[in-house]
Amino acid sequence: MGEPGGGIANGILGTLTIAGLAMAGGIPLAVMSGIYLAEYGRGKFASIVRFAVDMLAGVPSIIMGIFGYVFWVLPMKRFSAWAGAAALAMIFIPVVVRTTEEMLRTVPQSVREAALALGIERWKTTLFITVRTATAGIVTGILLAMARIVGETAPLLFTALGNQFWQSGLDQPIAAIPLQVFNYAISPYDDWHDKAWAGAVVLIGMVLLISAGARYFTRVKK
Amino acid sequence: MENALKVKDLSAWFGEHQVLKNIAMDIRRNSVTSVMGPSGCGKSTFIRCLNRMHDLTPGFRVSGDVLFDGRNIYSEKIDPVLLRRKVGMVFQQPNPFPRMSAFENVAVGLKFNGKKRSRSEMAEVVEKSLRMAALWDELKDHLDRPGTSLSGGQQQRLCIARALAVEPEVLLMDEPCSALDPVSTAKIEELIEDLSDKYTIVVVTHNMQQAGRISDFVAFFLLGDLVEMDRAAKIFTNPADKRTEEYITGRFG
Repeated sequence: MGEPGGGIANGILGTLTIAGLAMAGGIPLAVMSGIYLAEYGRGKFASIVRFAVDMLAGVPSIIMGIFGYVFWVLPMKRFSAWAGAAALAMIFIPVVVRTTEEMLRTVPQSVREAALALGIERWKTTLFITVRTATAGIVTGILLAMARIVGETAPLLFTALGNQFWQSGLDQPIAAIPLQVFNYAISPYDDWHDKAWAGAVVLIGMVLLISAGARYFTRVKK
Repeated sequence: MENALKVKDLSAWFGEHQVLKNIAMDIRRNSVTSVMGPSGCGKSTFIRCLNRMHDLTPGFRVSGDVLFDGRNIYSEKIDPVLLRRKVGMVFQQPNPFPRMSAFENVAVGLKFNGKKRSRSEMAEVVEKSLRMAALWDELKDHLDRPGTSLSGGQQQRLCIARALAVEPEVLLMDEPCSALDPVSTAKIEELIEDLSDKYTIVVVTHNMQQAGRISDFVAFFLLGDLVEMDRAAKIFTNPADKRTEEYITGRFG
């Protein structure tokens, strides 16, 4: 151990895979929930949903890892990309639900009224006019939540586990940059420490890129 | 001349608070009817009852009939969405859709009302609507500009064009000039006169001069009551009710 070689390419691919899966499942669910809360959610059920989402958003990320372990890893009897993605989605979803809801609330009531007065059905008004008006904000919320899950380590410890090799399937353990940084950093080898630093730089670079993307979407059009 | 809308015994409540009391009114087809009165008299609430804009307001309740084409718009058989395509509305604050070009703003009603139209048909309707709203000449080379980048007066005419594009029969206008300067106001007033050849127009205003300039008929509201309604000339020269006279002579309100 400690000889030259190794690297984090499998981790980059793994992180993109898990985050991608988490977002593919999380975006529709979270955005639809946000739309429900902002546009239709009145009464008891909505306030229960809102409270549950706030609770979820405050749950420590290690707990989400345990959640993934209990509900995905144990039943499947193996660590997997799916389990990692599920744990990350649990962090991703509440953030996006609340930003979507808040962004939709910033859309003036006059916009909804104008659409209604044109004889546009309510669901079309919501989907094609209200949501469209708030798209920049919603996309920004999604990107910021993505930046957050890309860097999460704790939820992946008991779910994705990490993998020293290229991934061999979504139902198998998978590498992720934060896990690699952690493993390289606690090793006794200088060469591995260098790789931990490199992994950290790559991770920061990814977060920076995503944040820049978020800035791009919220830029003021001239 | 026949009536476009016939209001019978209309009362409305926000929660426990009654804002309209047994209103009865006939609105003549292809004429301009002004609804005039001091703030809080229920005039905005009243015209919003004419296309069921209150449907989504929690706690709002209405009783009585509003007949449009002989049918009560509050009956269960009426689809409010279809009703609003026939009874359009222009609001106090110009409210073009943000993040849509001027063209899209005018086309949006057609785009979402079910019928498929080709691009050229769409362009035709947009041009026709903008011409009717006296905005075509100013805007024809800038149709891709965001609707919200226009001046206030242009935005309001854009909103009128947007309402006209779905070919309504009635156009409700809720203080359409109160956020505009005098020049823009004059343009909108001129527009209202032109449009009244083809459309039935109901305008809410608290501006008596404006009501006098544009209206065929004037209805005077006070504290949720319809005090009187008559031809504009009659209301302003020889009102039947003392309260109307006091209002138009500026002794209160």
